[in-house]
Amino acid sequence: MTRSIKLSVDDVSKTFRVRGGRYTEDHLLPVLRHISFDVQEGEIVSLIGESGCGKTTLLRIVQGLVRLDRGEIRVDGKSVTGPGRDRGFVFQQATLLPWRTARANVEFGLELQGMPASQRHKKAQELLELVGLGAAGEQFPHQLSGGMQQRVGLARALAIDPSILLMDEPFSALDAQTREILQRELLRIQHETGKTILFVTHDLDEAIYLSNRVIVLGAKPGRIKKIIDIPFGPNRPELPEMRGDMAFQAIRSEMWELIRNTHAAAA
Amino acid sequence: MSQTQLSSPSSTAPKGDDLTTLTDIEDIGPLPQQASRIWIIRLLSVVFVIGAWEVLGRQVDPLFMSFPSAIAISAARLVSTGELFTALASSLQSLILAFIIASVAGISLGLLIGRYKSVEAATDWLVNALYATPLVAIIPLVILWFGLGNGAKLFIVTILAVFPILINTIAGVRNVPPQLIELGNAFAANEREIFTKIILPSALPYMMTGLRLGIGRAIIGMVVAEFFTAITGLGALIVKYGNQYDTATMFVPIFVLMLLGVTLSIAVRRAEQWIAPWRYTEE
Repeated sequence: MTRSIKLSVDDVSKTFRVRGGRYTEDHLLPVLRHISFDVQEGEIVSLIGESGCGKTTLLRIVQGLVRLDRGEIRVDGKSVTGPGRDRGFVFQQATLLPWRTARANVEFGLELQGMPASQRHKKAQELLELVGLGAAGEQFPHQLSGGMQQRVGLARALAIDPSILLMDEPFSALDAQTREILQRELLRIQHETGKTILFVTHDLDEAIYLSNRVIVLGAKPGRIKKIIDIPFGPNRPELPEMRGDMAFQAIRSEMWELIRNTHAAAA
Repeated sequence: MSQTQLSSPSSTAPKGDDLTTLTDIEDIGPLPQQASRIWIIRLLSVVFVIGAWEVLGRQVDPLFMSFPSAIAISAARLVSTGELFTALASSLQSLILAFIIASVAGISLGLLIGRYKSVEAATDWLVNALYATPLVAIIPLVILWFGLGNGAKLFIVTILAVFPILINTIAGVRNVPPQLIELGNAFAANEREIFTKIILPSALPYMMTGLRLGIGRAIIGMVVAEFFTAITGLGALIVKYGNQYDTATMFVPIFVLMLLGVTLSIAVRRAEQWIAPWRYTEE
């Protein structure tokens, strides 16, 4: 079975200039160097690395929120020139509009698409049910727990039916228990929708548990150190069980070595 | 352990990730008997202060100070002659009209200044200078321009009320959380959509605060303007009975102004809570 390539990151580099600095060597901060990889349809790919390795910057470049210096991003073969609703973004903080109910928050992207109200309500309700919040549609964000808010954020991104879902450490602000529940939920939702996901995290276990492939980034400048295939299939065990698996431990220590080496080199 | 088992312990916690808890997180508030106790204390305090005023007020020359029962008698007279209602109607008419003008001008200008750097650069020095000036200082000039009629009153009330509304609207636009703008960008919203769907609703609570502060200043402006023009309204009534050394009657419009201030503030505060409920229920 050959699957189509949903996202193509082709030789992407990005350099930030220190605020107020000149365009000279010591004021320039190279964050990404020659990054290339593809994400296939239905795949979950994680970007992992220590803080400062540019993983979030890379995700924001893919979303079109940050301009790239060189290289190209293609979604469904089309070159990315700015933000677009062919990509759905899930933020680290849920970033819900506080004056809107959960349902109206899910409708946000649909409104921008110009979908008529009655259709919007129906679609939003379907997505709230998909993320397990079918009964919470009329609640305001401040009435929802952190985990529920993040579910709404996920539903909002899924509502516009994007080609690829971009998730920026979406569970990092949640408590450990809620995080594991939502990781499980994300796998279920991905299974039901078949969505392609690019996922940024700094949590090794999370990366292995969720992904088909993990891209390990090194820091200063951010570059791909290794792309690791995760051998666990779609019917993978739950994370606590998985932690006891020899293959899991081998991958985890390999990733840890890769990240630690970068760290030692940078220090 | 399965998924459902994992989530069940959280259902007893107030902020668990489970829908069954939603009905359990109502704000309980103080217990009923405590609430009634507070009201009893409050009522006793009111009775004590008014009683003390009644007793002490009778000891003083009525020219300098009056007391509650005398004020009540004067109030009944002013009501029965219709003088009080005529004055109140006149005051309210210009107050409401001027407040509407100030709100529309303050909010629309504030949105422009807050959103566009060029408009801000062109106007910020003027806004700051005028906001810092005690504007009652220009009342003699305003009377030269408009005479003693309603025009002067409207102008003074408008210019006093407009600045808190303007300044708060600007602050509201500036204080839109950057993450929310980023959300708009990420979902490819255009400039107009970001303005109407994110900036405007986000700035709304600030605008309401501006309106609440503006109404207080509007009442001050109204009374001061009526002192100067001294023809109509509650302010004129105060001047009239003050000049007649009828201190008890002079207190009647003062009390009406107090009630007016309290009522309007409560009304705007209610409107604030109704328009932006999330601001009041967050910790």
